[in-house]
Amino acid sequence: MATLDINRVRKAYGNLEVLKEVNISVGDGEFLVLLGPSGCGKSTLLNIIAGLEDITGGEVLIGNRVVNDLPPKDRDIAMVFQSYALYPTMTVRQNIEFGMKIRGIPAEERAKATNAAAEMLQMTGLLDRKPSQLSGGQRQRVAMGRAIVRHPDLFLFDEPLSNLDAKLRVDMRTEIKRLHQRLGTTIVYVTHDQIEAMTLATKVAVMKGGVVQHFGPPQEVYDRPANTYVARFVGSPAMNIIPGWLLASDGVPTVAFDTPQGEAVVRGVPLSAETAHRFAGRDVLVGIRPEHFGLDPSGTVPVGVDVVEPTGPDTLIVFAAGGTEVVARLEPFDAQVGRQERFSVKAEKVVLFDPATETRLD
Amino acid sequence: MTDISQSAAVPGTAPQRPAATLSARLARWLPRLVMAPSFLVVLIGVYLFIAWTLWISLSSSAMLPRYDFVGLEQYVRLWNTPRWHTAVINLFLFTGLFLAVTIALGLLMAILLDQNIRAEGVLRTVYLYPMALSFIVTGTAWKWVLNPELGVEKVVQSWGWDTFAFDWITRPETAIYCVVIAAVWQSTGFAMAIFLAGLRGIDSSIIKAAQIEGASLPRIYASIIVPLLRPAFLSVIVLLSYISIKSFDLVLALTNAGPGGSTEMPSTFMFAYTFQRNQMGVGAASAIMMLMTVAAIIIPYLYSELREDTHGH
Repeated sequence: MATLDINRVRKAYGNLEVLKEVNISVGDGEFLVLLGPSGCGKSTLLNIIAGLEDITGGEVLIGNRVVNDLPPKDRDIAMVFQSYALYPTMTVRQNIEFGMKIRGIPAEERAKATNAAAEMLQMTGLLDRKPSQLSGGQRQRVAMGRAIVRHPDLFLFDEPLSNLDAKLRVDMRTEIKRLHQRLGTTIVYVTHDQIEAMTLATKVAVMKGGVVQHFGPPQEVYDRPANTYVARFVGSPAMNIIPGWLLASDGVPTVAFDTPQGEAVVRGVPLSAETAHRFAGRDVLVGIRPEHFGLDPSGTVPVGVDVVEPTGPDTLIVFAAGGTEVVARLEPFDAQVGRQERFSVKAEKVVLFDPATETRLD
Repeated sequence: MTDISQSAAVPGTAPQRPAATLSARLARWLPRLVMAPSFLVVLIGVYLFIAWTLWISLSSSAMLPRYDFVGLEQYVRLWNTPRWHTAVINLFLFTGLFLAVTIALGLLMAILLDQNIRAEGVLRTVYLYPMALSFIVTGTAWKWVLNPELGVEKVVQSWGWDTFAFDWITRPETAIYCVVIAAVWQSTGFAMAIFLAGLRGIDSSIIKAAQIEGASLPRIYASIIVPLLRPAFLSVIVLLSYISIKSFDLVLALTNAGPGGSTEMPSTFMFAYTFQRNQMGVGAASAIMMLMTVAAIIIPYLYSELREDTHGH
């Protein structure tokens, strides 16, 4: 078990900079998720932590030890790959034992460790099969078993669930969470799926273009995203970003935006007095999560229903506001396209962004 | 389904019916028509002559075919001919060495080419190029290279190393190794290409996983990658064995089965006895022996390949 510190890490291929001054620091036993779209540098960062790619600048510390120049095998890590990376010609048992064999662990201990891992992952019956005889979920289990028997300081997961179907992905997600709870090992997990990030992480680093956009606990990333990019990336449906303005009012920060049905006003958004003063009367971007709308005849947001999408537990209502499309997630009701409704907004959940820099206003 | 299509076809489609069945019949027969000429050629050119050769080998044919039956007499004569023994020994020696060296070199070159090197495309073409030459050209070229009066020996001696000797091609006990050298030169690029294709098909994260587990590069190749190349090995072995058993033009151009019959191969033996020495029966018997040898290699290979296909691999 170990802490992980990534200090000012840079990575460039020739003139192409794929990581720019990345700083991340997590404590012992944390579950760090690197979240971002493809090409954001998250896998490169993971490969750098693993030692599979050279570092251009900065340093990586695992357990307070600089590992920049250590080969992967000396970093005390174990990695699970998206393609599982099982050795196809070996049985499951041989796959799990291969690393131990190389490290010269006696056969008796190897068998013991393998059986323990197989039991933990409920795959005792699979040990003598070849990877080609396993389903995707079973292969993923074997890959995890191979990682577990190493007892590493650090687990690295590279999009481990991307190749699984939706149902299995949810099951394996739970499995990984359980594994983390049981072993308590520090984990770095790369994914582009924000739900995986939210459910698994103790810390999330949202990345884009080789830059960490927001690093913090998942709930903070969700509630108070650092900028509009993070706000739109995390959450499904994404956070609505509505162009509006801050009213110069009496101490209670209030925002307003246009809808075709009239002006919408939200009183009491969280904003420091100093920022409220600075932005009084100026344009802001108003970030409202879909679930923070509510159907309310006395609400302050007039709405013309454009689209109704019932999902079962909720009904999604699409309407126009501030020149963009806005999605509200409401309890199911008798929604009719074209009808006028009034919505209220949980003002304390609203996040404001600076239209110039698109960063959050506090 | 049939009900619907029939009822839909009934109104007004009756006059079109003959045309429809004609085109359906054509569609059914066209593949057979297209295949027929080549099928016929193969049937006559290959299988009929195999059968004919088999018959000749069981007859007393000498200079001209004679259609009688003498049982296995020609085979007995064949196996009592010392020259045939030389040919069989040479075949095993040649095949063994040729396969071992070609596979070893081809695999090594493929592994080296697979290390993300520069100008890989050019090198690949260079190594594969000998494959484009016919064995006649290879044999002739290597005859000059290996000739002590013209080739390597002459060059090294002219550099000042007067005692240097490389006269294998002129000595009966070593001449067969010269055939191996020329054949290896011609086929290594081909083996390399197949191995390289196999290597390219391997998921790179498997190698990363093994690296993280602490396996050294030689260990990764020995334990993981080479076992994964099993299908490539099988293809190379089968194709090279077949090349070596039927190798005729190379030996003819390089050594003409000499010196003193020391590089005789079953194929040159067959040619000599059938067309030059007026012992058609013995020649046919040797041809059938070669066919058996090739079949012994090819049939299990085809069987395993086709069986894997039906299992959906």
